[in-house]
Amino acid sequence: MAIDIQMPALSPTMEEGTLTKWLVKEGDSISSGDILAEIETDKATMEIETIDEGVVGKILISEGTQNVKVGTVILQLLEDGEGIDVLSAPASPEAVIEKVDEPIVLAPVETQSHQVIETVAPVEMDIPSGTAMIETSVRDALRDAMAEEMRKDDRVFIMGEEVAQYQGAYKVTRELLQEFGPKRVIDTPITEHGFAGIGVGAAMGGLKPIVEFMTWNFAMQAIDHIINSAAKTLYMSGGQMRCPIVFRGPNGAASRVGAQHSHDYSSWYANVPGLKVVAPYDAADAKGLLKAAILDPNPVVFLEHEMMYGEMHDVPDLENYIVPIGKALVRRVGSDVTIVSHSRMVGRALEAAEILATEGISAEVIDLRTLRPLDTDTVIASVKKTNRIVCAEEGWGQSGIGAEIATRVMEQAFDYLDAPPARVFQKDVPLPYAGNLEALSIPNAQDVVVAAKAVCYKD
Amino acid sequence: MTTKPKHHKTTKKDLLQLYRDMLLIRRFEEKAGQLYGMGLIAGFCHLYIGQEAVVVGIRDAMAEGDQMITSYRDHGHMLACGMSPRGVMAELTGRSGGYSRGKGGSMHMFSVEKQFFGGHGIVGAQVPLGAGLGLANKYKDNGQISVTFFGDGASNQGQVYEALNMAKLWDLPTLFIIENNQYAMGTSLARASAQTELYKRGESFGVKGIQVDGMDVLAVREAAKKAAKHARSGKGPLILEMMTYRYRGHSMSDPAKYRTREEVNEMREEHDPIDMVKARLLKEKWADLDDLKALDKEIKTIVNDAAEFAKTSPEPDPSELYTDVLLEVEA
Repeated sequence: MAIDIQMPALSPTMEEGTLTKWLVKEGDSISSGDILAEIETDKATMEIETIDEGVVGKILISEGTQNVKVGTVILQLLEDGEGIDVLSAPASPEAVIEKVDEPIVLAPVETQSHQVIETVAPVEMDIPSGTAMIETSVRDALRDAMAEEMRKDDRVFIMGEEVAQYQGAYKVTRELLQEFGPKRVIDTPITEHGFAGIGVGAAMGGLKPIVEFMTWNFAMQAIDHIINSAAKTLYMSGGQMRCPIVFRGPNGAASRVGAQHSHDYSSWYANVPGLKVVAPYDAADAKGLLKAAILDPNPVVFLEHEMMYGEMHDVPDLENYIVPIGKALVRRVGSDVTIVSHSRMVGRALEAAEILATEGISAEVIDLRTLRPLDTDTVIASVKKTNRIVCAEEGWGQSGIGAEIATRVMEQAFDYLDAPPARVFQKDVPLPYAGNLEALSIPNAQDVVVAAKAVCYKD
Repeated sequence: MTTKPKHHKTTKKDLLQLYRDMLLIRRFEEKAGQLYGMGLIAGFCHLYIGQEAVVVGIRDAMAEGDQMITSYRDHGHMLACGMSPRGVMAELTGRSGGYSRGKGGSMHMFSVEKQFFGGHGIVGAQVPLGAGLGLANKYKDNGQISVTFFGDGASNQGQVYEALNMAKLWDLPTLFIIENNQYAMGTSLARASAQTELYKRGESFGVKGIQVDGMDVLAVREAAKKAAKHARSGKGPLILEMMTYRYRGHSMSDPAKYRTREEVNEMREEHDPIDMVKARLLKEKWADLDDLKALDKEIKTIVNDAAEFAKTSPEPDPSELYTDVLLEVEA
């Protein structure tokens, strides 16, 4: 019986890829270990090997095909003595894709988060009317922000693991080495504590470093320099010693990478005076806020989300698109309940708002965008209108961003509340590896729907 | 200290200046200890008494614009950099006239003007920071070097090795000065370090090290001059292990019961960096006792003035509580 060879998943988050090149042709005899093809994912170009023996019967996906879904049969292999006539239509790819990361959506709305954005009402950004929008991935938006600021100011440089020759562990720094050279795009050894300190020292010495952490999980090795050396120095020096530096990288849960690679540090860094903490949701904010972070004279912690890197959103085609740090954004206007969130959770809040709309509940969705300084005013104004609030985040609940927001709402708008604030957060356990347990642990749109209905006293 | 002090060449002018610089630190620290006892200085206060030759010798080998960074035992470094005794002492007393306007304290002072980058309270943290200053020098191609001081205790911190690796990997213009005063708080070097020859600690990265008699200011200066030339020429970092000794406890609250009085007295009597220079000045007839007495008086006047300033400078205004947390973003 012929063997179906499928498009493989080459990373935890890969859903599709480009089949760039076949290295075998029909009729070739192949054996275990032979390289079949080159596949380009959103992160890298990789070769795939066969583990089977036989003769290449039929190549089903031609070279250069983009967006080949994981699980699609790309080649059929004939076993010993088989003829081409044994080949039949391959099974459909949908049958083999296991989407563990998608939230369990009970209502009949199944939208991609970037499509949800299009339904959003007013965008509170100062974008001149008639500005063209360019659909850009969050990944490229971040890269564009760095490249633009590096062109403007030669003190700006980036350092981190695999940022240069490898083109970025998540391809966020793609092509920066080619444009700016090894002096300004610096590959470091895997020593977060050391290179974070070197970055801070370089900032004190008059440069404007961008320090990339492959993930914020690894930055726990470096947190001493982020807090003790970067955040506190201005104050301890009576205002003399500046430290203009951006620490950036993916934060929070990716997909099936286990507890040590899935930690959300939002509330950790948001706790620290002397830092600014930014956590963008879409590509436009990723670009505009990262540019603001690089321009900022203070140390900025910039929390990205790996699962958002490949998401495509509109980015204004403006020469110098900057989103100010410290301003939240009302992404959807509503009147019955306020949902406050940040980073990827904003997409889930927007999905929840769609579901709630079908049930007659009008939800206002606020994207915090910056976690320190926290834009309390926007939240309070919304709560005074809706009288109800749900705080949704991917991190743990205790001492979390939601806990802080809820407290501020009770301090500043207690008399406006018609229900106690509700919180949605990750289950109080280290993130499990098993797909079903992971899905149970990370809050989804439905969790937000349930919480919103609860504060509206509707089941 | 097994090495016998070499007879280093110097001049009257140079040696008198080195003597004066060391004496200023000694008298300043004695005064700081006194003010601490009077309750005018609070918290942690780590005195540099006994180690004066290290920073004075090294500073003399540095060029204008070179940066210095160190740990929390930092008063001597600041004075050696030319920071004002008044400003340092007033910071110790937590007053508005202090270098950090009272918000930093003994361990956290800086001077952009004098290129002194702190004053760091986390053991070893200044080492990658100092390497980062070196990175900035190389990036700007400004011909300057950074000089990073740390102790024998910090020598066992992991981040020191991360910094040494990158400093050599990128040949950063930077020097690492280990002030081996034999005790990491109360733990002697031998009780904390599997390998006690600290100048060898860079070997696995190709960073050469030299052990120096840190009680001999001229030996320190000579070694530092060679090392600075090496770093400035683009050959990368070097380690200088300064064999030194602190007479006082780790901090003011340390009774130093972990060593004998005889050990301390032996160092004071046989190896004191200031007494050794004094002997040479007298021997060379570059100064007589009256000259030195007059100099001591002059130094005491400076220190007393600093102490008086530190006592009378007002406490920071309450409005200072909320300033200097973040810089305003320029429009």
